[in-house]
Amino acid sequence: MASTETTPAKDAGSVEAGLDALETTATSRPTFRQTFTSKILPPIIALAVVLVAWTLLVPVVDDPSKLPSPTAVGDAFKDAWLKGDLLGYIWTSVSRGLLGFLFALAIGTPLGLLVARVKFVRAAIGPILSGLQSLPSVAWVPPAVIWLGLNNSMMYAVILLGAVPSIANGLVSGVDQVPPLFLRAGRTMGATGVKGIWHVVLPAAMPGYVAGLKQGWAFSWRSLMAAEIIASFPDLGVGLGQLLENARTASDMAMVFEAIILILFVGIAIDLLIFSPLERWVLRSRGLLVKS
Amino acid sequence: MATTTTLAKADESVEYAARLEHVSKSFATPGGQQLVLDDITLDVAPGEFVTLLGASGCGKSTLLNLVAGLDRPTTGSIATDGRPALMFQEHALFPWLTAGKNIELALKLRGVAKNDRRDKAEQLLELVRLKGAYDKRVHELSGGMRQRAALARALAQESRLLLMDEPFSALDAITRDVLHDELTRIWQETGVSVLFVTHNVREAVRLAQRVILLSSRPGRIAREWEVGIPQPRRIEDAPVAELSLEITDVLRGEIRRHGQH
Repeated sequence: MASTETTPAKDAGSVEAGLDALETTATSRPTFRQTFTSKILPPIIALAVVLVAWTLLVPVVDDPSKLPSPTAVGDAFKDAWLKGDLLGYIWTSVSRGLLGFLFALAIGTPLGLLVARVKFVRAAIGPILSGLQSLPSVAWVPPAVIWLGLNNSMMYAVILLGAVPSIANGLVSGVDQVPPLFLRAGRTMGATGVKGIWHVVLPAAMPGYVAGLKQGWAFSWRSLMAAEIIASFPDLGVGLGQLLENARTASDMAMVFEAIILILFVGIAIDLLIFSPLERWVLRSRGLLVKS
Repeated sequence: MATTTTLAKADESVEYAARLEHVSKSFATPGGQQLVLDDITLDVAPGEFVTLLGASGCGKSTLLNLVAGLDRPTTGSIATDGRPALMFQEHALFPWLTAGKNIELALKLRGVAKNDRRDKAEQLLELVRLKGAYDKRVHELSGGMRQRAALARALAQESRLLLMDEPFSALDAITRDVLHDELTRIWQETGVSVLFVTHNVREAVRLAQRVILLSSRPGRIAREWEVGIPQPRRIEDAPVAELSLEITDVLRGEIRRHGQH
């Protein structure tokens, strides 16, 4: 009956080791040079093209009150820096934005979990929550001013109304996409109820959740800028939105450009420093990030 | 129903790993109640290896879900010696954890103390010959390695009964063959009872002490074979092939009946 000399059990181990070696491929991280040419260089070139086009356009328009030259905008930056105001503008807005975002996180996460897991809650407020995402948060500024007055609470309220729906919806779609197999596997291991949510549902929903956070930040930042522009009030401290509004009142186009560039820069920087790495880490650790 | 998993191995009071008595299951469909499993009575003895064999629509997976406690039978009763571990066709390892942490999660949920988990997980990985794969992410493992890690995670539950739902059917033939050897070795080393579902006749004969053939729509126990061929077996062995032929003929007869309506 036994047709071979080696016993299968003994043989299996070495065959297995061979199979394992054949079927796994080593992945390596890209070198700095590869990262530089594929990720860093293209945006630098794009930026240079914009600057060149801008410089060429200045003599054509020939009206500094409509289109200031790049050097005039540069001088506006230099002035603000030398006066020591530049970091102050940025910090006022960034601290507001991040604090508001953290509040939104603390509210949006349990809310999203509730909508995702409780059928009645989903039927009741699910559609409103996704509808709210398409409501521009600027619309909340007038009622917020009337309810809360011209103060920081008003700013936070507007940020919350802008960001909470995104964060909650991101979590809901993340939970919806959890493969039922993971839930079954969790249940057979005894992960039910709160344990199931903590050990299986939440980690499995991470990709959708992080996408929601990213969008939530974009919405926070936009709502905050809208609030700062519309409801500027000297006692609140000058953030980037107020800077823009002040520049408009003073008809200082170079400062308007300065403010817009700063708003754009901060929005992108926070995304690049916090949310993009977070998203990449979540996706890469799951093998979902395919290197091109 | 036996409820605790802490019973000693030699405990005489539990003479089964799973006991199914007159189990039926029907599902509500648009055309009315559909009977999926009909009057299944079956014992899995402690340490026994049983395969359930059947064509599509025999309710094999439904039956495993019932034994695993993921669903309730419509009528009849199911008793198991503790909560069974379940292994799926897909590995079902959590991709946000490393192979080692997947196993540790099962240990944690079972109540193993934090300090003991790492050692225990390493031991289990060694048992399935995945020494050194502790820090590997799921996507870094090959199909065969994933199923072995999943097996280690199932074993981490220290259940008396291991339910396996076509665990090797998505693997290539060479890997599957090796995993048959591994499963037999691990079954013999751990003394766990196994209820293994498959539609592969040779696999059933290669692995089991007892093969149970289910008919389809509804699933009923059609026939049972004791497999007396001593382990270690190979899937190419003549006695394995011989019994497989006999079972295949009966299976085909069962399937043929459905074409005659």
